[in-house]
Amino acid sequence: MYRGREGMWSWIFHRMSGIGVLLFLFIHIVDTALIGWGPEVYNAVTRIYHEWTIFRFLQFLLIAAVLYHSFNGVRILMIDFWPKGYQYQRQMFYGAMALTLLALLPTGYFLLGPVFGLQVR
Amino acid sequence: MLIQCKVRRFNPTVDKKPYFSTYQVEAEPTDRVLDMLNTIKWELDGTLTYRRSCAHGVCGSDAMRINGRNRLACKVLVRDIGNKMTIEPMMGFTVLRDLVVDMEPFFEKYKAVKPYLINDNPAPVTERLQSPEELEAYDDTTKCILCAACTTACPPFWSNPDFVGPAALVNAHRFIFDSRDKAGAERADVISSREGVWRCRTVFNCTDACPRGIQVTNAMEEVKRKLLYDRA
Repeated sequence: MYRGREGMWSWIFHRMSGIGVLLFLFIHIVDTALIGWGPEVYNAVTRIYHEWTIFRFLQFLLIAAVLYHSFNGVRILMIDFWPKGYQYQRQMFYGAMALTLLALLPTGYFLLGPVFGLQVR
Repeated sequence: MLIQCKVRRFNPTVDKKPYFSTYQVEAEPTDRVLDMLNTIKWELDGTLTYRRSCAHGVCGSDAMRINGRNRLACKVLVRDIGNKMTIEPMMGFTVLRDLVVDMEPFFEKYKAVKPYLINDNPAPVTERLQSPEELEAYDDTTKCILCAACTTACPPFWSNPDFVGPAALVNAHRFIFDSRDKAGAERADVISSREGVWRCRTVFNCTDACPRGIQVTNAMEEVKRKLLYDRA
């Protein structure tokens, strides 16, 4: 094992979130295609996203992955195109993490609130 | 201080797979890790094998993984590592024995980027004059000692040994940004190829590993930008 620092962790999370989002895309293609068999089939399958607790956690992870991948993507753009970007890559990693967690607060409230018995409208 | 030193051992003629030997070594806090390895080799176990030459951070022979990070054994003090130490060979190369790895593929890639000044114009009567600003453009990458600490800290290199790697790109940078050099296009063939600079994923392990403090990732980013903007 190599003990990398922030740059290596940012790259590992970027890869994992990218692959995760890609895998969901395949699932999403299948669930969207179900509409071809009519609304009953589509509704019967897609309701599990909301009704099964495990799927609520998976959706939460999906949104976390999308958010991290976007914010860290901006970090990578800054490193690539802003000549001073490399000097701040560490700070930008923590920034991307902070923004991800911040943006996950409302997601967590709406998606996971009901799981923990919160009255969410 | 008493150091517990775990060293990854492998002798391909005898061993089926690598194993760890643990040594208890008495060392001064101001000793370098290399001094400690010397103590092991000279006083405890003569079979331990590693490379070292100048022992002053210039020849680049004794790069190795010390507690999980690539460092020159001759530039790291024992007190900065602590009394528990794990020493392993660099990753991504074939281990020839213990801490000695096969550096030939590394030097092949170094040669591939033509790391020398190419300028076929007739030499001027005096020098090829350069301004301080022109020197500044590549000064950082002149410091490379070819120890391979950067290349073997690079995840894209571990997964694809054909990647030319940070060290070769640092040395390409040194000539690409030299105003006297005229071989930009020749080098671009290698560094913008499939196995060239675009494999860099800005992991920054290389920058952290460089014992000379070269901003390795930044050098590769400058090369990428130059390739991109020259094409535009």
